[in-house]
Amino acid sequence: MQTGLDPELKTAPTSQPAGVADAAPRAPRETALLAEHVTKEFRVGRKKRPVKAINNVSLRIERGEIYGVLGANGSGKSTLIRLFSTLLTLDSGTAEIFGKDVQRDEMAVKQMINRVSVDAAFFKKLSPFENLAYAAKLYGMPAASARTEAIRILARLGISEKRLGRPLEQMSRGMQQKVAIARALLTSPILLLMDEPTTGLDPRSKLEVQAFVEELRDTHDATIVLTTHDMAEAERLCDRIGIIDGGRIVVEDTPDHLKALVASDHGLEPTMENVFMTFTGKSLDDDLDEEKSEDEEEE
Amino acid sequence: MAMLTRDLRASMAFVERNFNLTKRYWGWEVAWLIYSVAGALSVTLIGHSLGDEQLLLVLVIGTIFWSYLAIVFEFIGESVQWERWEGTLEYTFMAPIRRHAQLLGAALYAVIFGMIHTLFVLAVLVAFFELDLSQANFATAIAFTLLGTVSFIGIGIAASILPLMYVERGAQMVFVLQSVLLLVSGVYYSVEILPGWMQFLSQFSPATYVLDGVRAGLIEGASVGDLLDDVWPLLIMALVFIPAGLWAFGRAERYAKRTGKLKRVG
Ligand SMILES: Nc1ncnc2c1ncn2[C@@H]1O[C@H](COP(=O)(O)OP(=O)(O)OP(=O)(O)O)[C@@H](O)[C@H]1O
Ligand SMILES: [Mg+2]
Repeated sequence: MQTGLDPELKTAPTSQPAGVADAAPRAPRETALLAEHVTKEFRVGRKKRPVKAINNVSLRIERGEIYGVLGANGSGKSTLIRLFSTLLTLDSGTAEIFGKDVQRDEMAVKQMINRVSVDAAFFKKLSPFENLAYAAKLYGMPAASARTEAIRILARLGISEKRLGRPLEQMSRGMQQKVAIARALLTSPILLLMDEPTTGLDPRSKLEVQAFVEELRDTHDATIVLTTHDMAEAERLCDRIGIIDGGRIVVEDTPDHLKALVASDHGLEPTMENVFMTFTGKSLDDDLDEEKSEDEEEE
Repeated sequence: MAMLTRDLRASMAFVERNFNLTKRYWGWEVAWLIYSVAGALSVTLIGHSLGDEQLLLVLVIGTIFWSYLAIVFEFIGESVQWERWEGTLEYTFMAPIRRHAQLLGAALYAVIFGMIHTLFVLAVLVAFFELDLSQANFATAIAFTLLGTVSFIGIGIAASILPLMYVERGAQMVFVLQSVLLLVSGVYYSVEILPGWMQFLSQFSPATYVLDGVRAGLIEGASVGDLLDDVWPLLIMALVFIPAGLWAFGRAERYAKRTGKLKRVG
């Protein structure tokens, strides 16, 4: 067995050009990710009440789509990504990736996905090549093709081959993040989970990564779930955006519709910042009220 | 068949990765090797200073075999912890590989590394002392090394669960377990001199039987057939610990995924 992917699939252009998606009603496409009533709680310490990190989330993401998840710190974005990457089990609900259940068909799901996390998690003393070769082998990829692919992807991200033999710890944070992106792409995932891939990058690197994500969407058969704290990035890249607050998806639509919504319903300027503020904007009082009502619920 | 080659390739990925890590941390490896040699020499010099040939052999065998078994145990037992420290644990657990392939890779590298490291220490000891191996039955020593390897792979796998389940304390528990094994297995002395409760514990350490068997083989020239009392506990431990360890590892992984213990940051 080699890479989990049929090479035909990788090069097939997406049928829908960017931007058109929200204008025309589209034909039903294959579902890349289907989550139904997903809930996840964490218990920290013995006595404390569990934290509901994800609360009854349902999602449907189509093949070829870039789906953005926006939310405040601690709202559950990374937890959601981890649930889809088989790193956490679901407390309740189901999640399927291309029809495969993340818990029952774990191996099949793992072969289809990859994830970029906010921290570039590598063996820091190993070189990018050594790290990538290791990762590729775990996905059953032959070393030689892993090497040429890695060089190609990293060149595209502005990292020259010369840098790939030295320990990764000698690279800047942004360069490490690009290597992390290369690692995820190397295995040709058909669902790519990107958890704040551009956090900590300088403006130029950020743009490079964003352009690369666009290129992926346009030339590869990749479906992407992306979390970010950068509103411009979300607007530029995402076909649809879900806003998560306290573990719940509170609103979900195309960036244009979301902006129109805050303009019409709240009389605000139609910007993504205002969308974010409106749907995650809890005042301190709200927070306290919620705690109180939850306490009552418990009794 | 395809599954098997796939698993083997995954195992080799771990071997290669660990080899690269050893290469990149070579300064530490050298330092550690020197420490091992110094430790082995200081202990065996006790036997030498007493002019007791027999004691000298007992100590040499103890240091050499413990050094090897401890490496096998430690490398496997701490494999999860290393990835926690490096921050790669989630990536390894997200990859489409089966756990037995991962653990086999860790075990394979542990054995290779342990052998090389220990042979080096042995070479120094041999150069230092005139060891009387006229009676030695090397076949016995090899047989017990193999048996000991398999059973130590088993307890290594069982121990590696601890860092998976306990983010903070797991590695410390593995370390304590290793220390207890050292204490009760009769590495530098006969277990018979231990208090009763320690002797009780010593029955559960495969090292007890390995050292006993190797000593009987190398000092008295006993054959494996003479040492069945040491062979069968090792066989049973190997047969029990490896499958039980793999099973428990799977359970621990599910526990970690339920409680969010794989996570590092983000
Ligand atoms: N492994 C874990 N163990 C315990 N609690 C956790 C764990 N992972 C997440 N949580 C808790 O779940 C909630 C959601 O965290 P999560 O990391 O998903 O937020 P986030 O939206 O990614 O935040 P950020 O923008 O800061 O990355 C937080 O209250 C967090 O403390
Ligand atoms: Mg996060």
